Amino acid sequence: MDETKYNKIADSCKPKSGIVKNCINAFIFGGVIAVIGQFLLEFYMELLNVGQEKASAPMIITIVFITCLLTGLGVFDKIAKHAGAGTFIPITGFANAMSSAALESKSEGLIQGIGSNIFKYGGSVITYGIVSSFIFGVIRYVFKI
Amino acid sequence: MSSKSSTHFFHNVYVQSTGTCAGPMEHTGPLGSYFDVYFDDLYCHQKTFEKGEREMQKVAINSCLQKAKKKPNDIDLILGGDLTNQITATSYTAAQYPVPYIGIYGACSSSCLSMGVSSMLIESNYFSSVLAFVSSHNATAERQYRYPLEYGIQKPETTTYTATGAGAILLSNEPSDIRIEAVTFGKVIDFKQTNVNDMGRAMAPAAYDTLKQHFTDTNRDFNSYDLIVTGDLSDYGKKILTKMFEEDNMEVNHYNDCGTLLYDIEKQDVFLGGSGCACSALVTYGYIMDQLRQKKWKKVLIVATGALMSPITIMQKESVPSIAHAISLEVCD
Repeated sequence: MDETKYNKIADSCKPKSGIVKNCINAFIFGGVIAVIGQFLLEFYMELLNVGQEKASAPMIITIVFITCLLTGLGVFDKIAKHAGAGTFIPITGFANAMSSAALESKSEGLIQGIGSNIFKYGGSVITYGIVSSFIFGVIRYVFKI
Repeated sequence: MSSKSSTHFFHNVYVQSTGTCAGPMEHTGPLGSYFDVYFDDLYCHQKTFEKGEREMQKVAINSCLQKAKKKPNDIDLILGGDLTNQITATSYTAAQYPVPYIGIYGACSSSCLSMGVSSMLIESNYFSSVLAFVSSHNATAERQYRYPLEYGIQKPETTTYTATGAGAILLSNEPSDIRIEAVTFGKVIDFKQTNVNDMGRAMAPAAYDTLKQHFTDTNRDFNSYDLIVTGDLSDYGKKILTKMFEEDNMEVNHYNDCGTLLYDIEKQDVFLGGSGCACSALVTYGYIMDQLRQKKWKKVLIVATGALMSPITIMQKESVPSIAHAISLEVCD
């Protein structure tokens, strides 16, 4: 049996993909997180008597804090397996990537464990975030946008 | 496809006893009552998951020795493997026993590989009693091959769940009620599958090749056995394997997969079934041995499958080579 024939057989037995259900779940969960974010934003604007821009920092910190707490309690992954992109794409995904990696590597100590592994999964976001902001900075400077 | 014979027959290799230690998910699965000891926590009362895995191996070995009424000193050799880097779980466990040790690695096929190698050492009269043991641990394997335990992502539908547990088997030349009749060592098969979340699809060709070789060498087929199990092909891999044999106009009977026997894949959150060395070891040393001892089955073929990639080769976009080894178990009349 060659690879082409094998792939044909394997494709014919493939389990059903849950793409529609996953998309709906992601839409709902992502939407709920956005609503919570909006609520927190309005709350901080009212509480601190500041504008939207200044209130967004404490809002993000609160969301990150809740995510890390839920990750530590072992709840976040159980929500995320249903939510998919709904929790992965917002800041919750980034916070979970960092806290879960830190938790996992605590047995190797503060320096070689947590310190070096905390960015294992979130590191790419930071690296390419900086690279792309540099590129866009240059473009803006050159073209005086 | 099948060239020269790779099946070896044994006349003097008997199963003295088996020992099993299961994790929480395996204990609550359909075969939970067949395991000697279980832990309801992945740490197994230890500080790290890695130590937990070793604890499970120790518990399984001790249970196996206890059942055979043997002490570690009575054993000539211990032989084992696991999934952690440099098979450290196995070697650290072996350090606790004053017995010569051989470490082996065949990924999830290690259960049949360790039984096969042990049987050859006994049959050749170099050793009279060998204890073979394997383990896998969901947390240590996930961490090494995939993501942190608490990492929140949606896994693809073809994913399998690494079983937590350890199994040990004591083999010797002293006659008993079950014997190892034959082993077929498999070749490494690479059908250029690259999806690390679809091990069933990557390993099914290896199981097919080894089974085909076994059938050719022994002039047998599916009907020659009361049960044929593959190690951890998952529900998907099981379907592929069945279809591959159907393409050859071969009747597929009495066939199942340890990954789908160990868990209730409808109710338990294990995706398409279990994987890992413990998957085939728990099912074989716990459930199948029990059925053989009760003489419900006479002849069973275990085909443990293994995916031989590493996290580095996967990141370098290489394919997943796989292997399968078959062990034929028989009730002595």
